[in-house]
Amino acid sequence: MPGDTTGVHMNNKGVAQHTYDAIVIGSGISGGWAAKELCDHGLKTLLLERGRNVVHLQDYPTATKNIWEFGHRGRQPFALTKDNPIVARCYAFGEATTQFFVKDQDHPYIQEKPFDWIRGYQVGGKSLLWARQTQRWSHFEFEAPGRDGFAVEWPVTYGDMAPWYSHVEKFAGISGNKDGLENLPDGEFLPPWEMNCVEKHVQQKIHENYKDRPVIIGRCAHLTKPNQVHLDQNRQQCQARTLCERGCPFGGYFSSNASTIPWAEKTGNLTLQTGAVVHSVIYDDKLGRATGVRVIDANSKTATEYYAKIIFVNASCMNTNLLLLNSTSNRFPNGFGNDNGLLGKFVAFHNYRGHVSSQIDGFEEQYYYGRRPTGMVIPNFRNVRKQEMDFLRGYMVVYGAGRFRGQVKPGMDEIGGEYKDALTEAGGWGVHMSMQGETIPKESNQVYLSKDKKDEWGIPQLVTAVDYDDNDEKIVKDFLQQASEMLEKAGCKNIYPNDTKQAPGLDIHEMGGVRMGKDPKTSMLNKWNQFHNCPNVFVTDGACMTSTGSQNPSLTYMAITARAANYAVEELKKGNIKT
Amino acid sequence: MNRREAVSRVALLLGGTIVGAEFFLSGCKVDKKYTTTTDFAPDDVAYLDEIADTIIPTTSTPGAKAAAVGAFMTVMVKDCYEDKDQKIFLDGMKKLNEASKTKYGHEFVDATPEQRKELLISIDKEAKDYSKNKKKEDPNHYFSLMKQLTLLGYFTSQIGCEQALRYKAVPGRYEGCIPYKKGDKAWAT
Repeated sequence: MPGDTTGVHMNNKGVAQHTYDAIVIGSGISGGWAAKELCDHGLKTLLLERGRNVVHLQDYPTATKNIWEFGHRGRQPFALTKDNPIVARCYAFGEATTQFFVKDQDHPYIQEKPFDWIRGYQVGGKSLLWARQTQRWSHFEFEAPGRDGFAVEWPVTYGDMAPWYSHVEKFAGISGNKDGLENLPDGEFLPPWEMNCVEKHVQQKIHENYKDRPVIIGRCAHLTKPNQVHLDQNRQQCQARTLCERGCPFGGYFSSNASTIPWAEKTGNLTLQTGAVVHSVIYDDKLGRATGVRVIDANSKTATEYYAKIIFVNASCMNTNLLLLNSTSNRFPNGFGNDNGLLGKFVAFHNYRGHVSSQIDGFEEQYYYGRRPTGMVIPNFRNVRKQEMDFLRGYMVVYGAGRFRGQVKPGMDEIGGEYKDALTEAGGWGVHMSMQGETIPKESNQVYLSKDKKDEWGIPQLVTAVDYDDNDEKIVKDFLQQASEMLEKAGCKNIYPNDTKQAPGLDIHEMGGVRMGKDPKTSMLNKWNQFHNCPNVFVTDGACMTSTGSQNPSLTYMAITARAANYAVEELKKGNIKT
Repeated sequence: MNRREAVSRVALLLGGTIVGAEFFLSGCKVDKKYTTTTDFAPDDVAYLDEIADTIIPTTSTPGAKAAAVGAFMTVMVKDCYEDKDQKIFLDGMKKLNEASKTKYGHEFVDATPEQRKELLISIDKEAKDYSKNKKKEDPNHYFSLMKQLTLLGYFTSQIGCEQALRYKAVPGRYEGCIPYKKGDKAWAT
């Protein structure tokens, strides 16, 4: 039933006290941006976060610990891994970061098909934990669905997005090199990170052998040289520690915690409410618009309603789908805005299955200093200008090189002083390549609500039915072949291609379900991320994505959020949004 | 305090070495009882320290015992191993000691450093040969576990990171290409 909170005490202290100009649901990477932009423009904004507060600097308990200060030296106790097999598969989950991840047992969901749903329920969400790689989309990605005939056409162009990419890049602080590539446009960059000598060698060999495969240093959200706007956020230069997922005591990388949320707080317009599990968006049939949200207190389980002129849904892709599916009313009996039955459908993700490791001889008199938070990037080179492969779209290639540890010679006794000393020297070089493949959104890849299972807060559990398809298999195969060939041409040996067959979700790039599009019949949101049929509700997290591209998505979420928030402010001023 | 230490202390109290102390020790000692559960006692830690210190001894830098690797191993076996590996490890402690008794007539902790090294070299070879042909579902060799934990424990210890290797908690910058010459220490992380 709509708004069914059976057994829950309604605790409404008066409408006025609970009314804001705007409500933002979720404080992760996109919600933080929505809050910042709305507060910057003077809107009294309520930012709702289901988890606890994580205050920059003060709530990073492991940030400055050395590895030997952890009882298990960063490893997880067996019992924890056994009880939490899903989150334990995440590369960033370890003794130093446990506090920022959702444990499987605490928030169950139902996998109709295997899906590793990795979540961070706290202020800042997964912006504390993200891999911080920030490649812009190009016009090719925005044009792809229309050109190649999958999903639906994007309602925005690269030209629409470019100024908003610039807007968020300047504030977040993105390092990168101006490479002049049409399929990976340049942005507003702080100085780039360096390549090491083996990475440069591999780059040169790839350039010699492939005209269509430029190798660039990855663009990432790290302050290589802070500008005034970053110092104004009390953030400092990245110190090349790469302990980022613990929270950065220097504010060296971008997170909601270090950047957008404290900024929004400084305006005096932000109210941050933690422990606020959003049950649903409230739709008023008489007024013909959304009036607010229903929130269940995470601890007391009491329900409260909050009201606002506009609502931004930024709960992270899957939870945005969940709470919209749970937002039923007489007008929308099948979930919020869901006239066309597409809510929860056309979910897609990134294909991370392919890895190729190798070794390379030589370069023994060269080493590196410090730990760099990015790698080499080869933008997608498949089906770029026209459809030419036996699969749709393509993949970005990422690689890096490093020296192993130890110079243990064959025949050496591997016990004792000589062995020990050999282990303390730098060893041979390894080169590792991996992929980030685009997946094609399909109606059958979907999420929906369980009919019988609810969570502790009385909200139906999410069912995931998302899987790879034949296109993905072909892409993995092509990547493994091409990466092996590139490494071979670079002079690498012991080339070892591997398909991890990891489940969707572990990429942590889930997208779609509430897609943007031009036509209300085939999409949920318009080009400003408003519901076609309820313009005071905006969705600007991963759920809004029409297709996935092969670039890391967070930068695009940030840009699309800032664009939509600024539009919302203008529309409110003009009186174009009914209030 | 074990028996050897106890006797040594008595010797000190008496103001000097007891003549024939070694004979006295070996003549009446009983076998140590190492744990068969993950409730490790100080004697177990001391024994594991000696194993670790034989693998990673003091050279120009302190060895595994100084880095408290024995205690680290017990924590990892107790907390991070699944049951079957715990059993392999505990049985292995016994097997290794038996091997020492068979080969040298005394327990591992009473063997000379040379004997300990010789024994572990042969067990290491045995473990490597076993692992080469081992299928994924076959049980691990106990010494592979001990050696892995020793290397992990040592090279993530403060001594291992700061003295045996090079460590910079806060590098401050990244340089892609710096010179390296043979014998220079590798980065700890």
